[in-house]
Amino acid sequence: MLTKEQIAQRISKELEDGFYVNLGIGIPTLVANYVPEGINVEFQSENGVLGMGPFPTKEQVDADLINAGKQTITTLPGASFFDSELSFGMIRGQHINLTVLGAMEVSQSGDIANWKIPGKMVKGMGGAMDLVASAENIIVAMMHTNRAGESKLLKQCRLPLTGVNCVTKIVTNLAMLTIEKHQFVLQELAPGVSIDYVKGVTEGELVISNNCKVMEF
Amino acid sequence: MFFCIFNRIQFFQTMISKKVNSVQQALEGITDYMTLLVGGFGLCGIPENAIAELVRLNVKNLTCLSNNAGVDNFGLGLLLQKHQIKKMIASYVGENAEFERQMLSGDLEVDLIPQGTLVERCRSAKMGIPAFFTPAGVGTEVAVGKEVRTFNNKQYLLEYAADADFSLTKAWKGDEAGNIVFKGTARNFNQSMCGAAKINVVEVEELVPLGALDPNEIHVPGVFVQRIFKGEKYEKRIEKLTLSE
Repeated sequence: MLTKEQIAQRISKELEDGFYVNLGIGIPTLVANYVPEGINVEFQSENGVLGMGPFPTKEQVDADLINAGKQTITTLPGASFFDSELSFGMIRGQHINLTVLGAMEVSQSGDIANWKIPGKMVKGMGGAMDLVASAENIIVAMMHTNRAGESKLLKQCRLPLTGVNCVTKIVTNLAMLTIEKHQFVLQELAPGVSIDYVKGVTEGELVISNNCKVMEF
Repeated sequence: MFFCIFNRIQFFQTMISKKVNSVQQALEGITDYMTLLVGGFGLCGIPENAIAELVRLNVKNLTCLSNNAGVDNFGLGLLLQKHQIKKMIASYVGENAEFERQMLSGDLEVDLIPQGTLVERCRSAKMGIPAFFTPAGVGTEVAVGKEVRTFNNKQYLLEYAADADFSLTKAWKGDEAGNIVFKGTARNFNQSMCGAAKINVVEVEELVPLGALDPNEIHVPGVFVQRIFKGEKYEKRIEKLTLSE
C-alpha cells in the first residue's frame, strides 16, 4: 500500500516538460515535492499565482502571499500574480495542462464528488467545479476506501456531484487506474497489493489492463 | 522638414479626487438589507477596516458576496457573530464553525457558487455584461433551475451578473484619483469587485501622492472607484502559517 507521499510521487510521473499544473488541497499539494529531474513545470494556484515555490522560511513569510489552501508560500523567479478573474480564465480557457485533485467518490463514468455531504459537511466547491468542467487532463488522488472501509470507486456517485464525465486517471493507495468506456481499468498495482484485493474494494466495473504491472518508484 | 506647433491653451485640469478621510465617510449610505461585494481570498486581502466599521454600524440583514466567510473571529466571521448577514454568497466556507452552525440551523441563507462563476459574476457586472455561459456546475445541483445551452458539443450554464449596492475592497497602494495597485495574491477578488457595484470603496495601506504610481502599472484605474481611503491599521492575519522544514 502507498502512503500519501507515495501517491503524490506516483502522480508526479505524469508531469511533462512545459506543463502548467493546478494542484488541489491535500495529497495533490504534495506532488510539488516530487517533480522529476529535467522536467520544468509551473504550478498555478487559482487565487492568483503562477510559479509557486516552496513554503517560506520564518523570515520569508508574507501574509499577502498564500496558495488556494490558504497556506503561506513563496514564488520562484519568473512567477506572476493575477486576479481571480484571469485565473479562472486560464482554467476555463484550457491553458492549464494538468489538474490534480482529491475526491470523496469517483464513478466509473468519470463523475467526481468532493464538495458536500448533505446534512453533515458543507464546505463548498471552491474552484473545483470550474476546474473539472474545463480541464482535459484530470487526475484524482485519494484513498481507495473511506474511513468505514467502503469503496470510493463506484458505479455511480452517491454524494452531490462536482462534475460529470471528467476524471481520466486515479491514483489511490492501492492502484493506478484509468477510466475508459464507463469502466475502471486497473493499470498498476501498488507494491504488495493483489488484483483480487483491488477487486474486493472497487464497487464499480473493474477490468484489468493487459499491461497491468506493479508500480515502480 | 519638421513643424513644431505650440498650443497656447493652458492646461488647468487636475485629477478627480476620490479620497475620503475616514472609513465612516467611505461607508456612508450602507443600510440594512443591502448587497455588498467583499474582496479577499481567505483572510488574504480582505478590507479589514471596512469590515470593522460594518460591525460598529451594526447594519443588519446584509447579503454578502465574498469568496469565503472569514474565520470565527476575523473577517466576515465578525459580522456572522453579530448576526448581521442574512444571506451569504460564496464558493468555500470550510474555515468557519459559526458559519456552519448558522447554515445548518437555517438562520443563514447560503448560496454556494463555483469560484470562477463567482468572480465572473462580479467581472460581468463591472464590464456591462448582463449574463454569461460557463461550463462550471453542469450536471450538478448548481445547475438546478438554470438555462443550459450547448455550444460546440459542450454544455454551459447561464449565469447572471451580480447586482450589488457597494463593493468593499482592499489594495496595497492607491492615489487620490482612485488608481490602485495590489500586492501578491491579495489581488484575488478585489480587482474584479472594484467597479462591479453602484458604489465602490477601496481601502489602501498606502495612499500616495498623485504621480507616485507608474501609470503603466495600475491594476484598477480610478474610473472604477468612487471612494478611496487609507486604512487605519492592518492586522493581516495568516490563516495557515506553513513553513519549509
